[in-house]
Amino acid sequence: MSLRRNILDLRKRKDEVRKGGGDEAIGKQAAMGKLTARERILAIVDEGSFHEYDMFVEHVGTDFDMGNKVLAGDGVVIGTGTIYESPVCLFAQDFTVAGGSLGLMHARKITKIMDHALKMRVPLIGINDSGGARIQEGVNSLAGYGEIFFRNTLSSGVIPQISVILGPCAGGAVYSPALTDFVFVVENISKMFITGPAVIKSVLGEDISMEALGGARVHAEITGNAHFFALSEKECFEQIKTLITYIPWNNTQKAKTFPVKEPKSKYKIQNIVPADARLPYDIREIIKSITDGSEFFEIMELFAANIVIGFGRMNGETIGFVANQPKVLAGVLDCDSSDKAARFIRYCNAFNIPIITLEDMPGYLPGVDQEHAGVIRHGAKILYAYSEATVPKITVIIRKAYGGGYIAMNSRHLRADFVFAWPMAEIAVMGPEGAANIVFRKEIAEAEDPDAMRQQKIQEYKDKFANPYVAAAKGYIDEVIEPQETRKILLHALRISASKDVQGPSKKHGLPPF
Amino acid sequence: MAEQEKPQIIIVHSAKYQTTYTKKYENRKVWVEPNFNHINSYIPGTIIDILVKDGQKVAAGESILILEAMKMYNDIKMPFKGKIVKVYVEIGQKIPKNFLMIEIEPVE
Repeated sequence: MSLRRNILDLRKRKDEVRKGGGDEAIGKQAAMGKLTARERILAIVDEGSFHEYDMFVEHVGTDFDMGNKVLAGDGVVIGTGTIYESPVCLFAQDFTVAGGSLGLMHARKITKIMDHALKMRVPLIGINDSGGARIQEGVNSLAGYGEIFFRNTLSSGVIPQISVILGPCAGGAVYSPALTDFVFVVENISKMFITGPAVIKSVLGEDISMEALGGARVHAEITGNAHFFALSEKECFEQIKTLITYIPWNNTQKAKTFPVKEPKSKYKIQNIVPADARLPYDIREIIKSITDGSEFFEIMELFAANIVIGFGRMNGETIGFVANQPKVLAGVLDCDSSDKAARFIRYCNAFNIPIITLEDMPGYLPGVDQEHAGVIRHGAKILYAYSEATVPKITVIIRKAYGGGYIAMNSRHLRADFVFAWPMAEIAVMGPEGAANIVFRKEIAEAEDPDAMRQQKIQEYKDKFANPYVAAAKGYIDEVIEPQETRKILLHALRISASKDVQGPSKKHGLPPF
Repeated sequence: MAEQEKPQIIIVHSAKYQTTYTKKYENRKVWVEPNFNHINSYIPGTIIDILVKDGQKVAAGESILILEAMKMYNDIKMPFKGKIVKVYVEIGQKIPKNFLMIEIEPVE
């Protein structure tokens, strides 16, 4: 063969693989509103930056007449590319080829790119769209999943790992996304569950659709398995690209910095918070009034909305924000919000992202369901995560900081680097109403007009303790600040903390309450 | 989700806070004191066999009913020495979780 014929032959071979499962299968994929594996990758990476590997890998199944079947690329695409010029490793399961089912060589392609990502210390993006284990390959498929989970764990906290669920992801397959840092889902396309509707129906008699059991909304809102929810694949890809701008390539680096922009003038920080501690407002307005360009990239927006987490920039640098949300459930801490915040704090700590905590919460959510759901061990996660974190940790107490919640929300006692409070902050063991009822129980009960006495005692307690100065007198608060100074002071505190270096006692690993 | 017109109230330490509920909070299970005289199904399934009749006295630990669930036969036993007050299910009946199957009462 001449060189030219060799080249033509190569092109033909590659084109053959790029057809995936063929026109009919691609048509079906499109009918479900889904792009193909390669289209998805190309939509995420910078134009012309993608290189695919292992195109000619063939499956090794021989049982059940599999020996005669050709599966293009064994149902998965792997490669490298860049997103806004940051390098990434990617894999995308190809549903058009044998339903994206995972056999031995399919898994080996995935683990190859995972090993590559870890070795090169760059983020890994995995697009999941698979019917599950390739039954014909039996225990080899299971081995494949195990090898993937092991690598997810090994890479955890070293490189960012992103999972995108763009089709079914069922049974054991769900555990790879669950082990990664961020999970993206799309309405009507993503489906995740351990046991599908058919089995649930036959065994338990419960009739439920795939969407109601493990659709995108379920995981974004109820289970907390998903971090980002989108209405279309296109929106999802934009979210992934935005996320990449906020995080570093690996745990030894810092996220890229951007030009500093002042917050937008429409956010007037001093006008957002009602003076009455019992009235709500949207804490995200406060975040946007202090971040560069008023930009805030919220994570897990729909799950446990009583706490807000996400990234913004200050002085061009990525900052992780953790903030109580008075607008939802009065901003209480509960099982879900503790879980949500704790994991995010650990993410920021692992990837050198300073944490700013905005505090305004009345305490933990009362209720039998909370106690029985284990609010003790879930609540402990947030204490653990803040205590353990060694990145710069700065707290601003906006309004209420009561009881155990005060301690949990990155207090001085958990080694916060800076604690600031607004003048209307109330740092106390509990709110005036509760405290007066306990401290002055006898006086209230014995009074001629108990209600009038209660109001009087509440007011007395309020005057004496519902302020930041009792805590400031003990040095638990570093400075009481005016609201409009907040951004300036935070920028200063971040600058001072830039070279922060603290070492804890040496240990193999701690035992967080999970 | 949390976007609602009417403000809702959360009470923490006697203080009433104006806020909005989440769907999960609204759908939370309200706790009810368990009634130990009610034998409820702890899993959905099918009644395979009923081994007792109304009014019968039964010793603690004796089998009173077989419930098939997850392809397993679950042997439901008498939790204490007592009497069968009423059997609420029939053989072959499919029941959901937490379904009252048999009512009992202790006897001395």
